[in-house]
Amino acid sequence: MFSFNNITTAIDEFLNSVLPAQGALIVECVLVALCAVLAYVTLAIVMIFMERKVCAAFQCRLGPMRVGYWGLLQVFADVFKMLIKEIISINRSDRVLYNLAPYLVVMSSVLTFSCLPFASGLQVLDFNIGVFFIMAASSFGVLGILLAGWSSNNKYSMIGAVRSGAQMISYELSIGLCILVVVILSGTMQISELVDMQRSGWFIFRGHIPAFIAFIIYLIAGNAETNRAPFDLPEAESELTAGFHTEYSGMHFGFFYVAEFMNLFIVAGIASTLFLGGWAPLYITGLDAFNNIMDYIPGIVWFLGKTFFVIWLLMWVRWTFPRMRIDHVVSLEWKYLIPIGLVNLLIMTLCVVMGWTF
Amino acid sequence: MEFSTNLLIFSGLALLMMAAAFAAVTTSRIMRAVTYLLFVLFGTAGLYFMLHYTFLGAVQIIVYAGGIVVLFIFAALLIGKGTIDVTHTSNRRYLAGLLASLSGMALALYLINSTDFFADKFSTVGVPMKSVGLALMGTAKHNYVLTFEVLSILLLACMVGAIMIARKK
Repeated sequence: MFSFNNITTAIDEFLNSVLPAQGALIVECVLVALCAVLAYVTLAIVMIFMERKVCAAFQCRLGPMRVGYWGLLQVFADVFKMLIKEIISINRSDRVLYNLAPYLVVMSSVLTFSCLPFASGLQVLDFNIGVFFIMAASSFGVLGILLAGWSSNNKYSMIGAVRSGAQMISYELSIGLCILVVVILSGTMQISELVDMQRSGWFIFRGHIPAFIAFIIYLIAGNAETNRAPFDLPEAESELTAGFHTEYSGMHFGFFYVAEFMNLFIVAGIASTLFLGGWAPLYITGLDAFNNIMDYIPGIVWFLGKTFFVIWLLMWVRWTFPRMRIDHVVSLEWKYLIPIGLVNLLIMTLCVVMGWTF
Repeated sequence: MEFSTNLLIFSGLALLMMAAAFAAVTTSRIMRAVTYLLFVLFGTAGLYFMLHYTFLGAVQIIVYAGGIVVLFIFAALLIGKGTIDVTHTSNRRYLAGLLASLSGMALALYLINSTDFFADKFSTVGVPMKSVGLALMGTAKHNYVLTFEVLSILLLACMVGAIMIARKK
């Protein structure tokens, strides 16, 4: 099967032949960072456009249609508008923390993003503790939100930030439990190994009932982690204007906005990696001709296809359900999702010990 | 070649940590102090990743950056603005702080000088996750099941205490 390792090794050999080893290393670091950030931004633009079109479809509208064919250039216009806007500073705010907060959020998001396996060999970070590192990297994004709310010197920002903090920290537990279910099933935490193992069958099929429950809980908790409706209390516009990023303008607001969209992509990407096989194609045992055809579809198409399918599911939820109340959000997590998640973990352990998995 | 790249990364991390640590103790605003502390913790995690202790590095980030610092910030938020910022410190406290940090530095220097470092035993591939897990739950020599259990009892006690404080009569 085609692997991007061939390309990266070729580039590595070429750079090492023209540069000293240290220089090659530095050039590679810069190249990888550049590619990762470019992919990050491109996907963010795609997602913002998709969100507007999906939202429009659910509300029986057309969405942006004027700028470019079918409104395709609308997001680019928005980005340019955002880039030329002034970055204002707030009276009596903590200037240092106010300017630092968006970067913390984006840093956490980019670190998590670079763990996603786009195709065979197309992955920036691949530790032996992969999924654990994903959890660690995504855990400090909430700091940026808390600091943004605190340093804005605005009570709405502050309330939004505290709500967001409470919500994100609570739902991280459910995400952890769902990831543990997959780790128990597979016996590994390395992302490339996780995907390799799913080439003989996606975990959602191999782990049947517990894996499916974990997948559903993961989607709910992931939706809450990204602060999107029905869990968009941190920025409930009718109550808090815009929540923690009320006081931000220009590209600083843009960072929050992009990070929020990319966190949705990351949540969907992790869901498709852990449960839907990542870049591994769909195989049906016994249908060899079908499996051969599936092999011809490149891994990156599989990964992006599955990820955008999950994103579409989450957007469907976002534009269908009304916003929840804060006490409902918290009790949903602590009284329902965590107990279900814990029992589910036990069921999965039992299944693996008894060999009831495929 | 590999050595000098490592040295470069190490000096970068060390400078970041020292600058952030110094800023954390000299700033008078509690929220900024917490944020600078965050960068010290990131630097420590970076050192662990440099040594290929990926598990320890991730634990450092998830526990300290994602847990402890968030707790600090929540505490500062709940107490309120302006009430906890350091406004005045007496000279005696400055002196005591200086003395404490100097003695800490002396201890660290003594330990660094009196320890033999095993550069040849240094692993460049990292510890496999399985051996970390087995050591954590094992009962043999140099395994940590007792520590693990004692810590879980401590955490349980903390949680029961928190519920007792927070519950309505």
